[in-house]
Amino acid sequence: MIPEGSLLAAHDLRKTYGSTPALDGASFSVHPGEVVAVMGPSGSGKSTLLHCLAGIITPDSGTITYAGRELSAMSDAERSALRRSEFGFVFQFGQLVPELTCVENVALPLRLNGVRRKAAERTALEWMERLEVDDLGSKRPGEVSGGQGQRVAVARALAGSPKVIFADEPTGALDSLNGERVMELLTEAARSANVAVVLVTHEARVAAYSDRDVTVRDGRARDLEHSA
Amino acid sequence: MSIGHTLLGLLESGPRHGYDLKRTFDEKFGQDRPLHYGQVYSTMSRLLKNGLVEVDGVESEGGPERKRYAITDAGITDVSQWLAQPEKPEPYLQSMLYTKVVLALLTDRSAADLLDTQRSAHLRMMRILTDRKRKGDLADQLICDHALFHLEADLRWLELTAARLDQLAKVVAP
Repeated sequence: MIPEGSLLAAHDLRKTYGSTPALDGASFSVHPGEVVAVMGPSGSGKSTLLHCLAGIITPDSGTITYAGRELSAMSDAERSALRRSEFGFVFQFGQLVPELTCVENVALPLRLNGVRRKAAERTALEWMERLEVDDLGSKRPGEVSGGQGQRVAVARALAGSPKVIFADEPTGALDSLNGERVMELLTEAARSANVAVVLVTHEARVAAYSDRDVTVRDGRARDLEHSA
Repeated sequence: MSIGHTLLGLLESGPRHGYDLKRTFDEKFGQDRPLHYGQVYSTMSRLLKNGLVEVDGVESEGGPERKRYAITDAGITDVSQWLAQPEKPEPYLQSMLYTKVVLALLTDRSAADLLDTQRSAHLRMMRILTDRKRKGDLADQLICDHALFHLEADLRWLELTAARLDQLAKVVAP
């Protein structure tokens, strides 16, 4: 059931909201260092799939295995700990904490994992340098542009040394040029650090930065390259 | 692409040999389709006949004769006119993809599968171009972007058509 060598795999996921099925037997897998795009029309269930994979919501049935561990067998606290230590997140609108400076935002996952402020901010700055936003360290999110904010968000997602990054429409609020730069930096950084990326997008040009794509339609995920 | 106008344009910076023209053309515009020598020489003799270029000198240096071409005033005017003229926007109305979708519907084959397979092939090509763009210089980026935007337009059509298949089936195969 679980594809060999996969880091995160889901099988036959089902999830219904009221009487509306969001996932109807969806399966998915990603390997370490692999970038997989999840595509599909609005309402197809791609965000629900991402939220299930990340342990944010629990599917009604089906299995999700991360590094050999079954997500549904974990307690809420264990799943939260897993999200903090192993997963990174990038959303459409950055979702940086407005009261913190950019470097404090990037250092946040490390601080939550108990790393001391100085060491956390040193690591944060290294990632910000990688994402070409190290000069924004002392600025607050409200003082930087959308493209810069999104790079800060990518740095934050990577700073905690996650094994998987979940990116939900990470360029949705950016113009083409900024969107492409964010994708270049995100995929380069993830590949070189052997981090898997689950990238939800409806834009083909964004999906083209992935190694593979799956299409979610009517709650089912199709991997055409693997099934062909 | 108008090879004649492009070669003429390259001559505006100074006289060149046929071989030099081919090399520069391939470097800047050839990508996957380098020019054949025959194409260069036949184009140059046509331009010569039309008075758009002239022979600026002939060298042999022990080997075969090599002509050096220079652009004429008429040639410069021709390039200016070509650059000022907009390209005809392609209407793309004779789409092979549309034909295939309709035929699939008419013959009770799965048009949805056909669209999905095409979508996957388009995305694969987009991935190749994106990779090439990432590794290339600005010229590569611009050329690949042009192709990527066209492929993306196709993809949007594929998605829209997939969403309208039921409607289309009622029209073409009632």
